[in-house]
Amino acid sequence: MTDRKKVVEILLAMAKVLEENKEYLTDLDNVIGDGDHGINMARGFAEVEKQADALEQKDIGNILKTVGMTLVSKVGGSSGPLYGTAFMKAGMVIGAKDEIDISDFLSGLETGIEGVKARGRSTTGEKTMLDAMVPALEAMKEKQAAGADTSEILAAGAAAAEEGVEATKPLIATKGRASYLGERSIGHQDPGATSFTLMLKEIAKAY
Amino acid sequence: MKKLINSVETVEDEMIQGLVKAYPKYLKKIDGHNVVVRANKKEGKVALISGGGSGHEPAHAGYVGEGMLDAAVAGAVYTSPASDAILEGIKAIATDAGVLMVIKNYTGDVMNFEMAAEMAEMEGIKVKQVVVNDDVAVKDSLYTVGRRGVAGTVFVHKIAGALAETGASLDDVQAVAQKVIDNVRTMGAAILPSTIPAAGKPGFELADDEMEVGIGIHGEPGTHREKMMTANEITDHLLDKILADIDYSGSEVAVMVNGAGSTPLMELYIINNRVADVLAEKGIKVVETFVGEYMTSIDMAGFSISVLKLDDQLKELLAAKADTPALKA
Repeated sequence: MTDRKKVVEILLAMAKVLEENKEYLTDLDNVIGDGDHGINMARGFAEVEKQADALEQKDIGNILKTVGMTLVSKVGGSSGPLYGTAFMKAGMVIGAKDEIDISDFLSGLETGIEGVKARGRSTTGEKTMLDAMVPALEAMKEKQAAGADTSEILAAGAAAAEEGVEATKPLIATKGRASYLGERSIGHQDPGATSFTLMLKEIAKAY
Repeated sequence: MKKLINSVETVEDEMIQGLVKAYPKYLKKIDGHNVVVRANKKEGKVALISGGGSGHEPAHAGYVGEGMLDAAVAGAVYTSPASDAILEGIKAIATDAGVLMVIKNYTGDVMNFEMAAEMAEMEGIKVKQVVVNDDVAVKDSLYTVGRRGVAGTVFVHKIAGALAETGASLDDVQAVAQKVIDNVRTMGAAILPSTIPAAGKPGFELADDEMEVGIGIHGEPGTHREKMMTANEITDHLLDKILADIDYSGSEVAVMVNGAGSTPLMELYIINNRVADVLAEKGIKVVETFVGEYMTSIDMAGFSISVLKLDDQLKELLAAKADTPALKA
């Protein structure tokens, strides 16, 4: 089981990895987008970091909702509303719990992904964060069904997300600013799929 | 990177504060947000709000004033403002007549403005929107996010703002804004990229003999790269695309030759010289021409051409009084 304290620790680890990869994500975005993804993600999670003490006092559903609200209201761009929606939806489905298990996590992620699809009017195969999110979720559900433990499940998810990022390279972007490049977007990995993978890897590392 | 700034973190805040200090008769800033509203709120009319990332100055805050916008929201450089700032702007300008949001067609802008509108509606404010998508460089299809909103947005501000000033209804103001969108087309090219302050390096690299064609206004690369052309050649190329997109034959138009930030007026006039000649040759009558910096991309060197097809209503509203820091009529 994962308690409130550990959830906040993982969020802080995400903030750290996003800050460390700020330039990398921005460079990826420069090639096919408008070059602000790393800056925006780091800025959003720096805001989350500031609230760490207050977050730990809340139940896990409310921790995730607060993170979502922060990303939506402070980040702007498209990553703010998309990741913000994902966290808010996950928080809603997880609800007022002080401890969660892998099933809670997976149902939160699944609902979060549905939120991203709806908010972004997008689906897989369009060279977006969904191309890492959806295969990661599927791989984790499969491992769970096979009776694997939490750390095996999360490791499989992180690996599938990484493969998902690779798989965005040959795609033509049809959503977001990368879509303006048309065929010129081919050959480059999606920054949003990459940032999701970095975050999921931090979760996997904690188990 | 060489820029006249104090720190990359304070660029947007200091820019908005400096703008408001320059034009206190026109503008005031909302506390805690980079939202600029008219110094004197006008009741009884539809209120117009627009905005987007910073870096496009004078857009959008420079167009706040009589006959144009009531509020402009500025996000981080090239980044859509967050929905809470947009909501504060909507609340500050809302009247009983309602609020029209003029959104440029970018994924983030559309999402954040729509989320703000949903929240405003929960507070009982009537909100409608138009989405500007005038950039012919981008292919429009059911499967993509569609065309970008670029410099043609300024015509939407001008014309919808003029109609709103007369006390017209929200439906009518929305309809005329949509009419402008349906009749304006824009395309741009760049010869030097822009540098986002927080990124510290240019958005793309261009060799000395290359230019980027079909650029947007966020420093993103264009649709393709070509060998450097003369002013007339690139103007012809862009005009061909624009004029092929809607039927302008025999009509009256307004033209905007918009500088991207680091292109001197000298070059913009050279471009307009060609634009005017080509349009005259094709029997398209230019009623009004705007040459200057209306929708920039920080320090990008480049330009865009916008051509707006006019009817009597659009012509009259384009000529109507506007008194804002960046545009007067």
